[in-house]
Amino acid sequence: MELIFKWEWLPQLGRGLLLTVELTAACISIGAVLGLLIAIARLYARGPIYWLASAYVQFFRGTPLLVQLFMVHFGLAGWGIRLTPLLSGIIAMGLNTAAYQAEYFRGAIQAVKRGQTMAALSLGMTRGQTIQHVIVPQALRLVLPAWSNELVYMLKYTSIVYLIGLPDLMGIGRTIASNNFRFFEIYAVVALIYLALVLIITFGLRLVEAAIRVPGLGTARQ
Amino acid sequence: MALLVVEDLHKRYGKEEVLRGVSFTLERGETKVIIGPSGTGKSTLLRCINRLTEPDRGRIWLNGEEITSRRTNIYKIRAQIGFVFQDFNLFTHLTALDNVRLGLIRVKRMPRREATERAMRELARVGLADKANAYPAQLSGGQQQRVSIARALAMDPKLILFDEPTSALDPELIGEVLQVMIELAEAGMTMLVVTHEMGFARSVADEIIFMEKGVIVEQGPPEVLFTNPKVPRTAEFLRKITEFYGESS
Ligand SMILES: Nc1ncnc2c1ncn2[C@@H]1O[C@H](COP(=O)(O)OP(=O)(O)OP(=O)(O)O)[C@@H](O)[C@H]1O
Ligand SMILES: [Mg+2]
Repeated sequence: MELIFKWEWLPQLGRGLLLTVELTAACISIGAVLGLLIAIARLYARGPIYWLASAYVQFFRGTPLLVQLFMVHFGLAGWGIRLTPLLSGIIAMGLNTAAYQAEYFRGAIQAVKRGQTMAALSLGMTRGQTIQHVIVPQALRLVLPAWSNELVYMLKYTSIVYLIGLPDLMGIGRTIASNNFRFFEIYAVVALIYLALVLIITFGLRLVEAAIRVPGLGTARQ
Repeated sequence: MALLVVEDLHKRYGKEEVLRGVSFTLERGETKVIIGPSGTGKSTLLRCINRLTEPDRGRIWLNGEEITSRRTNIYKIRAQIGFVFQDFNLFTHLTALDNVRLGLIRVKRMPRREATERAMRELARVGLADKANAYPAQLSGGQQQRVSIARALAMDPKLILFDEPTSALDPELIGEVLQVMIELAEAGMTMLVVTHEMGFARSVADEIIFMEKGVIVEQGPPEVLFTNPKVPRTAEFLRKITEFYGESS
């Protein structure tokens, strides 16, 4: 059996790649902001806010991402809330990764030594200032390795959005493959593109880690 | 009225009564040293004074203002009370300069330029101007503790609380920290120091407070406590601690 790949497929795949990158960037950013807030709520809030934040994490980590995506896209539509596939994808995946990122952030915040808070409070800083200027800057450095993994996972998980009709890298690949009956070649190329992207991201994040590294504040990788 | 007045302070953790009615005063410019066995409530007492720990009962005044009142702005009070910790607690992610500057910029809202100048002056005062850009992990324990003293000094505190400032240090690094503290006392800073350094207590303290099991057993000038204590338990403790830690300062 011969392998066939036509170069004219590349620009199409390129458009899909662009969508994949945009989608990943959007949901990882939403997830980072929301995740940090949820982590802070789970650590410092009491009562309903704590309870809500915990239930949120439980729900999004305890149910399949695909179910969440379908709930947002098809489920909400049933209630008259019609979202474009792109918006559904961003919302569902952003909410999902927020739950995971919240747990990473929570672990990192807990890893910041208690004495740091005491020292900040003893200077007259408020709890908010302490979180903002002392705890979060340290926690972000500590969380980076785990967070890098989450980014890589998200990039790969976005490949399910073709199921709600989005022409991402996977979606385009699938269309080309079935139009030309060239499944192995196309999916192999798609896989290689994902792999290249993962390697680039991993390398980029290592540069970031090195740039913000502070002696004595371990972001050490094994 | 004395600069600091502590009246009948009580604190319990669960069933354990850690402070059982502690009262004393501290005049402006005075240095008092608190000694006592482990678990006696010395750290708890210091933390109650700036309400890092909430006392259960009792009242505290700083400069005539009641700290323990619900109406006081505790953040304003804390900014006036320096705290030097046993294990330094320098902000790990900040350089020495930024450690000293943070409170000035965020709490005192000082312009950056001015804060930098002030911070550099305090670092120079503890002999570490050349380490301004070093991170805590790049400094020795003694240097870290001197930076933490500079951090407290930069806030212009009315009073500095020291909780065993040399206990985490290698013996050869203790002297440089004590030296800074001696200079501070001589410059008229008001200080309340928990320490086992009997040499420092003897030569610098105006008074020594001996605490045990959550109460003050005896307090008085070092000459009296060391040579002629009223309570036998004081003599016994002083003998033990001097044997154990020596008077190396
Ligand atoms: N946050 C806390 N929660 C529960 N118990 C505490 C807490 N802090 C202190 N304690 C208890 O209170 C008692 C007094 O502790 P404290 O640290 O004030 O003693 P200390 O005189 O400073 O002792 P050391 O010389 O060992 O530093 C100890 O039995 C300690 O276990
Ligand atoms: Mg203690």
